[in-house]
Amino acid sequence: MAAQTGVRGLLRYLPVLPAVVLLAVFLAGPVLWALHASFTNAGLTGRNARNPDWIGLENYQRLLVDPVFPLSLGLTVLFVLGSAVLGQNLLGLALAVLMRRARRAVSAVVGTTVVAAWVLPEIVAAFAAYAYFSRDGTLNQLLGGLGLDQPDWLYSWPMAAVVLANIWRGTAFSMLVYRAALNDVPSEVAEAAQMDGAGGWQRLAYITLPMIRGSIATNLMLITLQTLAVFTLIWVMTAGGPANASSTLPILAYQEAFRFGDIGYGTAVATVLILIGAVFGAVYIRLLRESKR
Amino acid sequence: MRGPALKTMSLIASALVVLTACTPGAPEDGSKTLKVVYQKTDSFTALETMFQAAKQEFEAANQGVTVELQPIQGNDDDYGTKLALALRSPSTAPDVFYEDTFKVRSDVDAGYLLKLDSHLEGWEDWDKFDDGAKAAGRADDGGTYAVPLGTDTRAIWYNRKVFEAAGITLPWQPRNWQEILDTARKIKANDPSVVPFNMYAGKGTGEGTVMQGFYELLYGTGSMLYDEETKKWVVGSAGFTDSLAFLKTLYDEGLAVTPAEALDANVWKKVFGEWFPNAKLGATVEGSYAPSFWQDGGSYEWPGYEQDMGVAPFPTQDGGGPGAVSMSGGWTLAIGAGTKEPDLAFSFLSTAMNRDNSLAFTLDSSQIAVRSDVAEDSGYQSANPFVKDVSELVSVTRYRPATSDYPRISAAVQEATEAVITGARSPEQAASDYDAAVADIVGGDNTIRK
Repeated sequence: MAAQTGVRGLLRYLPVLPAVVLLAVFLAGPVLWALHASFTNAGLTGRNARNPDWIGLENYQRLLVDPVFPLSLGLTVLFVLGSAVLGQNLLGLALAVLMRRARRAVSAVVGTTVVAAWVLPEIVAAFAAYAYFSRDGTLNQLLGGLGLDQPDWLYSWPMAAVVLANIWRGTAFSMLVYRAALNDVPSEVAEAAQMDGAGGWQRLAYITLPMIRGSIATNLMLITLQTLAVFTLIWVMTAGGPANASSTLPILAYQEAFRFGDIGYGTAVATVLILIGAVFGAVYIRLLRESKR
Repeated sequence: MRGPALKTMSLIASALVVLTACTPGAPEDGSKTLKVVYQKTDSFTALETMFQAAKQEFEAANQGVTVELQPIQGNDDDYGTKLALALRSPSTAPDVFYEDTFKVRSDVDAGYLLKLDSHLEGWEDWDKFDDGAKAAGRADDGGTYAVPLGTDTRAIWYNRKVFEAAGITLPWQPRNWQEILDTARKIKANDPSVVPFNMYAGKGTGEGTVMQGFYELLYGTGSMLYDEETKKWVVGSAGFTDSLAFLKTLYDEGLAVTPAEALDANVWKKVFGEWFPNAKLGATVEGSYAPSFWQDGGSYEWPGYEQDMGVAPFPTQDGGGPGAVSMSGGWTLAIGAGTKEPDLAFSFLSTAMNRDNSLAFTLDSSQIAVRSDVAEDSGYQSANPFVKDVSELVSVTRYRPATSDYPRISAAVQEATEAVITGARSPEQAASDYDAAVADIVGGDNTIRK
């Protein structure tokens, strides 16, 4: 009898086995490989390509003295805070709240417009954003039509351009999450608060937001991790330039590993990126648990 | 409860069967496959044409052999990355592939390339190859690992209409740097809307910055990047600072494009596609392959470019030395070290590079011929009016120091030019940044002050 329940217990995990195997092969495998490579001097070509030497923490020591690394780290934080935590998150929330009050037609038009950017494949969205911000692009033609200055956005303001592009691209996700969350807020609660004399802002701050804080934490976690990993958008728009002014960690890792053929150093950068993602993930999961209490 | 569990198990089992069925089995007796990897872009299909022809010819002559063509679509950088990744693992490494000359040495170091000496001995065509070009496929051990497809040189391309409008006598041939500046200033004074003399700079144009720009300057000062005798990288040279200062003058005085335009990776497309044809650009340093963009079937067809364009060798700093500077690159075909069919692979390589295929490829891609029988062909000599001028530059041309450290050094040079044209650093500061970067990359012992 006991043996049978044991077998049954094991069998119960069987359906998740394919998923676990796939995760191990396609996710954990590369992560472990990258971790291992970051302790070697593996190169794309040259003497160390096929038989790399174990060099311990040398790549990480190099990171600490590399002047580009702190810059890149700062840009990554700026990119995540600016485009995800503030941009996509707040804009998505605002759109979701406003759309509840808007006429159906307005809300449908706005919703479609916002989601359109999300539907585009990343490479297409990246080229669209490049065409918009480039020197003779749409934005400058609009500004020119108004008789305003036409700066070279990708050169003079590369971070602003990629942050705005990522907000445009990703807001739809936050908007959809918050629309779903807001639909779950029972209207009786808001009505009760209204009877007690709470204004619109007060109802949002004291009733609505606390009730959807679980969704806020989930949303923040997903968009943070997504934005940390953004590569194509920045690569197509600025390729990390000019003079590294927009090279976030994924761009830096790619450049080191593939442009300069230094796979060991590139994977060290990638490992740091994974660690940052893990820290963010842990913080948000913590938040999620607390919000459930 | 048993039913569903069994069902799941059998599903997984059948999935595993399907998965294992996907892995390639051993080839059947007699049939052999050669995997060929090369670059193909919308503006570069010459190689595709050549390999398609070679495939037909080769498969007809060798029954039971399949040539599997695997073009990689991408620019030079991306192609190099993808090829290097494929070469890393024996199971993905191609048998025959298109290889940049400046990667040959580091790929030999990596053990990716097959030594071809024994095969070349028995190939009668090998004697027809130019000795200078043969050197591009040779590694430090003296063995030959790659067969050159063609080469190129770099020179000043100028628009005769722009020069005529500014009252400059043609044909133009600057004797030193100062004459370039004088001419450029004259053009600017005559028509400020024209870019008088552009030179690539910054990281946006990548290797273009150094190959079509900085190295022409540096090697014209008597300095160099790498000392072949001591096998050390040169730092602290006055020539390096002078070259940066020349770029600074060009950009500060508005004789070149704006720094913002220079840093756009697509600026060369405007040079070929817009500015030269529309007489908005006086001159620039570009490769001998420039006509391939303008001729019939090129990416930027320009009927009449033969009359409107002129070509001149890039002068040395003060007119000394050989009087002209040029840089050469070029591509080769190589065979993977792990190939199971070395004889067959070499046989395919020699078919792809026989006289007829080589001639067609050389014409199609505006290369400089490396085979004497192609160079003598009347079709080659009359392909465009510039063939003779750019081919003569082979006598003064230089190759890049193709060691495994080179890509990083090149990036450091590009960074120095970027810092100077954007005004972030003075030429002296940028040169000392470069010296520090080089010492960092190769170690202080491997640098030499000259």
